[in-house]
Amino acid sequence: MRFYRALLSLYPASFSAEYREALCETFEQRADGLSGPFAGIRIGFAALADVIPNALAAHAEMLWRDLVYAARSLLRTPGFALTAVLVVALGVGANTAVFSLADFIFLRPLPYADADRLVKLWQGGEGGWTNEVSPANYRDWRAMTTAFSRIGAYAASNENLVGADAPRRLETVRATSELLPLLGVQPLLGRLFTAREAATGQFALLSYALWTSQFGGDRQVIGRSIQLDGVPHTVIGVMPPSFQFPARTVEAWTPLAFSEEDFEDRTDTYLKVVARLRPGVSIEQARRELALVAARLERQYPKENEGVGAVVLGLRDDLSERSRLLVLALCGATLCILLLACANLASLFLARGTHRAREMAVRTALGAGRERLARQLVTESLGLAFAGGLLGVAAAMLGLPLLARLVPSTLPIAEHPSLDWRVLALALAFILLTGFAFGLAPALRAGRSGGLDALRSGIRAAGGRTQRLRTALVVVEVAASVVLLVLSGLLIRAVWRIQEINPGFAAENVLAIQSALPQPKYKSTARRGQFYDRVLGEIRALPGVKEAAFATGLPMSMRGGIWPASLTGEDLIANESNSVSLRYVTPRFFATLGIPIRRGRDVAQNDTSGQPFAAVVSESFVKRTWPNENPLGKRFNLAGDERTVVGVVGDVRVRGLERPSEPQVYLPSQQVADGAIIGYTPKELVVRTAASFDTTGLLAQIREIVQSADPEQPISNVRSVTEIVADETASRLTQLRLLGALSAVALLIAGLGIHGLLSYAVSKRSQELGVRRALGAEGREIVGLVLREGLRLAFWGIAIGGALAYAAARGMSALLFGVRPDDPLTLAAAAALCLATAVVGCLRPALRAAHVDPLTALRSE
Amino acid sequence: MTNDRETADQLLPLPQATFHILLALLDDERHGYAIIQDVEMRTQGELRLSAGTLYRSIARMVEQGLIAEVTKRRPADDDPRRRYYRLTPFGTAVARAEMRRLSNLVRQARARGLKPETV
Repeated sequence: MRFYRALLSLYPASFSAEYREALCETFEQRADGLSGPFAGIRIGFAALADVIPNALAAHAEMLWRDLVYAARSLLRTPGFALTAVLVVALGVGANTAVFSLADFIFLRPLPYADADRLVKLWQGGEGGWTNEVSPANYRDWRAMTTAFSRIGAYAASNENLVGADAPRRLETVRATSELLPLLGVQPLLGRLFTAREAATGQFALLSYALWTSQFGGDRQVIGRSIQLDGVPHTVIGVMPPSFQFPARTVEAWTPLAFSEEDFEDRTDTYLKVVARLRPGVSIEQARRELALVAARLERQYPKENEGVGAVVLGLRDDLSERSRLLVLALCGATLCILLLACANLASLFLARGTHRAREMAVRTALGAGRERLARQLVTESLGLAFAGGLLGVAAAMLGLPLLARLVPSTLPIAEHPSLDWRVLALALAFILLTGFAFGLAPALRAGRSGGLDALRSGIRAAGGRTQRLRTALVVVEVAASVVLLVLSGLLIRAVWRIQEINPGFAAENVLAIQSALPQPKYKSTARRGQFYDRVLGEIRALPGVKEAAFATGLPMSMRGGIWPASLTGEDLIANESNSVSLRYVTPRFFATLGIPIRRGRDVAQNDTSGQPFAAVVSESFVKRTWPNENPLGKRFNLAGDERTVVGVVGDVRVRGLERPSEPQVYLPSQQVADGAIIGYTPKELVVRTAASFDTTGLLAQIREIVQSADPEQPISNVRSVTEIVADETASRLTQLRLLGALSAVALLIAGLGIHGLLSYAVSKRSQELGVRRALGAEGREIVGLVLREGLRLAFWGIAIGGALAYAAARGMSALLFGVRPDDPLTLAAAAALCLATAVVGCLRPALRAAHVDPLTALRSE
Repeated sequence: MTNDRETADQLLPLPQATFHILLALLDDERHGYAIIQDVEMRTQGELRLSAGTLYRSIARMVEQGLIAEVTKRRPADDDPRRRYYRLTPFGTAVARAEMRRLSNLVRQARARGLKPETV
């Protein structure tokens, strides 16, 4: 019998409280019929068979009744229901979207076998700099370490593909034979290349996208020969569609092998190195071992490896601090919104609870237990949470692609996160969290409030404590919106600062087009010169075109290309203080890009190999090398030759608006030996058009000109230079738009919160206000009274929110680009905005209070 | 709850247990176990309500106003945990309505020539 009694607790509490004794009595009577040797066991089973299905049914029945009741009572107040659903949708939607993004970027395993055992190796040193690895260091690291089961290297490249549909520029990766096996991937078709093949032959692996788009998904492609930069390559495999390395844009992988010459220059760093940790070796152990190896190499090659250590990073950790913070800041902001949504809904529910105090009291008096009422309220809030949550998830799914700009392209993952069970589970968690968070407080309150009191005294009874709780919630709302406003404000100021930065060139009306001349077809410098002259001459003659030129790369598009420069007679050792960013250019490049020539002259048509080697340098190079001297005619060594300064130009933000750049050196495209420094062969065609010239037809004309000069020569990657500059702030602007929208919503919610609270307070105090009026208080004084009440809330919210915002802003100071986290202007603006909202929120209740008619107010009670 | 026919019709068809409980209370007030026994007797042991099913039905029927608990003078040896129930006028109306529904069904089946006995 005790067993049966214990089982009864499975019933809803209100049911078992009501019928426990009767149930026990009836069960006893029925059990009396059971006798025999196993009576105890039979009674036990009978008890189970009695209670379990009935308890389940009772719970389901109750849930259904609560749902119907909730739906009915919500439909009676559609405004309330709609507001609540929208607020939940907003909170859940924003959080689902942003946290899916965060999960995608920070947590989800990368698509390689045992991805957490994969690391990237960099040369690095004091101050946290990292750099690519030279072939010599790579060879020695491989030979001297034991922490890694495999080490591979790759270098990004671009090659012209001929032999498929149309000549096309491919983004390719040259990889050592260890690289793909160490990632643990298998080709979809064919095979990977072996070490022997990598060293001797010309082979190519195609990406799935390239295979389907250029080769029609033909399985016979294996063994076919294609031309990459004019060199025949045999296709030996096609990679699966899910494979992307190191970036999603790579279309083909070709072998990378080293000759003895490649190992000669230890300062020629261009390799990216990936390794797999040996089983049982931690990343810390690997770091220690590689540090020892690097120290030994530094002793062995004191000049070349001075200060060169090694950095080991998990594949996923190879993310910029900026990308990380951009997303983390959004996570914080959306959590703020969720908090705000919950506070707002809790407040709405409390208000509703107060209005319904009588209804609840009547139900209590009629015998509904507290548990029943609490259950009813939680059903209502969970119902609303689910309705809003589903809406929010739908919105998140639609909105997620808009966040794609925040996915760093350095991660080998798809462009934007997709819908899957993780995201849905996350959304469900948010829904439950929201539903309980805003439903629980009113439910507990409903359970506690003495029913009869409420009945006796009308609505007033439930007032005091509920009102205090609501006041606290409004303060939380104001604080949360202050945090969001301040952070958005700081980030807006940061973006303004960045946008104000002079990039050093005039981006407007300049078109950039890639057309890289392949080796060995264009190994001869003179032959390239002929191509440039012909193409540029014809393009400059087109109507609407003002200038045109070729260059190695464009600022903010090609950020690297760093070489050491030295004064004649000095030893050449690469380090931070003599590095320059090197570009080869044709004449008129500076005019085309709008880079001012400060002294001397431009690169000239007759700067050819027969002439003394000329160089145009940037002002910062002059300042660093020959401060307060006339630089024209000075000499320095760069890229194997002595150069004479013939001109000085303005500095350019090569590495982007937010980062300092090395001084720049521009060399004439014709002063380079045949086949030397081929990575720097000018491939970027820039064309300046007249302002307001319609460029629609221009591209076709340019393509025609290029192909009449060389029918196999593709043009690709067309973009305006304005776009390149705008890309610098694109991810920030995406983040900012989202933050801005969230702040606006937060402000709105806080304003509504203040309005709702004061409206209620005024209606509750109408009697008191009536008395005041009757005693001669002016309408003005009454308005002041209500306004003071509202502003008091705003003040506390602003004080708390300001402090929180300061703490949050300090955490993300890396994103603030020098704007101080306590920037007074931003803080003042956020506070003013909040106060204004508070005043607007107070206005209607205040005016209503002022118009309380003393007679009506006194009579109504 | 109003006693009109429309409200009664809304509750139809009645769950089997509900109808049997109404029948058990037609002639007399009964406590829980007595209801079970009455139902069992009338159905020749075919329907044996468990305690849980009984009180789940009772709880719902009280809420719907079909039956009401009675506080009556009990014999001295009566178990104080026992609870007695009686039919309300509305309960009677609902039982009638259900009966009408069932006999209508039976009449319709007869009209089509259906007979309960297998030939």
